[in-house]
Amino acid sequence: MSTIALPRAEPVLPAGPAKRGLSPWQTWGLILIAPYVLVFLVFVVYPIGYGLWLARHPDSYVRLVEDPIFTRSVINTLVFLIVGINIKMAIALFLSGFFVQARTWIKWLSLLFILPWAVPSIPTILSIRFMLNPEWGIINHLIFRFTGADGPNWLNDPTIALAMAIVVHIWKSLPFWTLILIAGRLAIPGEHYEAASVDGASTWQKFRFITWPSMRTLYLTSTILSMIWTLGDFNSVYLLTGGGPADLTHVLATLGIRYLRLDQVDLAMAAIICAMPLVLPLVYFMMKRLSK
Amino acid sequence: MKLKDVTTEAKLLLIGIPVFLWTILPVYHMFLFSISPKESAFAGKLWPDHPTLHNFEVIFREQHYYLSHFWLQLWNSLIIAVAVGALTLLVATGAAFAISRLKVKGGRLVMNLALLTYFIPAAFLAVPMYKTMGNYGLLNNQWALILAMITIASPYSIWVLKQASDKLPYELDEAARIDGASPMQLFRLVYVPLMMPSLVAIGTYALLLAWNEYLYAFLLLSNEKQITLGVALGNFLAADDSPWELLMTVGLIYALPPAAIYYAFKRYMVGGLTAGAVKS
Repeated sequence: MSTIALPRAEPVLPAGPAKRGLSPWQTWGLILIAPYVLVFLVFVVYPIGYGLWLARHPDSYVRLVEDPIFTRSVINTLVFLIVGINIKMAIALFLSGFFVQARTWIKWLSLLFILPWAVPSIPTILSIRFMLNPEWGIINHLIFRFTGADGPNWLNDPTIALAMAIVVHIWKSLPFWTLILIAGRLAIPGEHYEAASVDGASTWQKFRFITWPSMRTLYLTSTILSMIWTLGDFNSVYLLTGGGPADLTHVLATLGIRYLRLDQVDLAMAAIICAMPLVLPLVYFMMKRLSK
Repeated sequence: MKLKDVTTEAKLLLIGIPVFLWTILPVYHMFLFSISPKESAFAGKLWPDHPTLHNFEVIFREQHYYLSHFWLQLWNSLIIAVAVGALTLLVATGAAFAISRLKVKGGRLVMNLALLTYFIPAAFLAVPMYKTMGNYGLLNNQWALILAMITIASPYSIWVLKQASDKLPYELDEAARIDGASPMQLFRLVYVPLMMPSLVAIGTYALLLAWNEYLYAFLLLSNEKQITLGVALGNFLAADDSPWELLMTVGLIYALPPAAIYYAFKRYMVGGLTAGAVKS
């Protein structure tokens, strides 16, 4: 399950008078914050430091770049992020407009629509994997019944397999982003639309001049955040294709784990470090938005 | 009804029906297999000729090689999820209270570092985390998974709780101080009761995150008496002759509790998760 953190104005609180020594309030503050600081040091700072140390030899990077799977994974990751996320966010924006329509059946549908996000990914991804089985999967069954032709061998073709992994990712995370954009749409005052209707504005004009200007920032923030999380999306690829056929559908998230399982931790860390030029600007953008 | 209204309804249905099919198909497919006998599971029908609960019986009686520890693995999933939910709540509430109400020195720095952690892609942190757990001698120990999930769940939890906490009026604290309350009395008698809705949301969030986790569980646990039900499901994939109808049935059983919890706590979850999203 994924969640979102988006900016909110922080109230300025008056600083207390400076005192010598620690007041009981400061002492208790330190005691209460200590467990998290401990977790942070032991399970975030140490692993990252250790990981960087493991990837210290330039030789690891040479071997990494020479591995054709790495190049392929970088391309796949970029396709996943640029094509996949943009399609997903565009659909989410469109569907958020659908779900704010006041109809009872749409209310019920919106409850059902959350389901992919509310259930764990393993069983549903395995279910989709099974549906795509070329011999006895239900999709090719239906294709054969209606056209008499054999359906494609979905997961054996690297291009189709990667496309299907993107579809799985969209299936799983579309509800969440639609929910966020619905909240954004509901925050727009209704009078704006009423006034526009009186002036005879078309649906497109209402979207172009009322909806989009108020949602642009939220949409951009959501896209960036979705990109960061998708970089860490291991399940959509691993559980559907396992990186196959012939290791051609790996993304950086599964490639790191693949090296780890092959006991090549230095390569795994090197691959992650090579992804940093992609990750850090996105993280920088999010941190700036949040501390504004 | 005017012609224009009919066209509008038709357009909405034209969107609604594909959305319905898209959402329900993989879940219905899972359900269909769980009530199909083995022979007819592959027939490609939309409803089995003879629906049966036989698959559930096989699973509950652990009558298949892959299922010999079904109940134990279900219990593992449960105990780990509950531990992560409770401990994350403890760690995050303390930190949020210290940062937001007690204004502990360095609190802002801790908050920013936690946020930074929140933006590390999970699969990237998994690699050094695995090695670290090895160094700590915790591999194949359920505490490794519990601690890793607390690490992942805490940053967002602290952030949400701090946001909610900042909204409580500061006069409350001052009144409590003047009345001579200790920090812990303020925490117990004022803070926790007022924060209850956010605490429910965060506890549920951490619990579901841990129950649903696959990657960390599959890396950190491998003994089949230690693994969670999710990892057990992944292990079905290792064999070519996997009993798919049983796999789908276990998947359905595994997916039901989080879905039920999500819908039961939807009010808290959606409010907590979309708060802050709107006024950006």
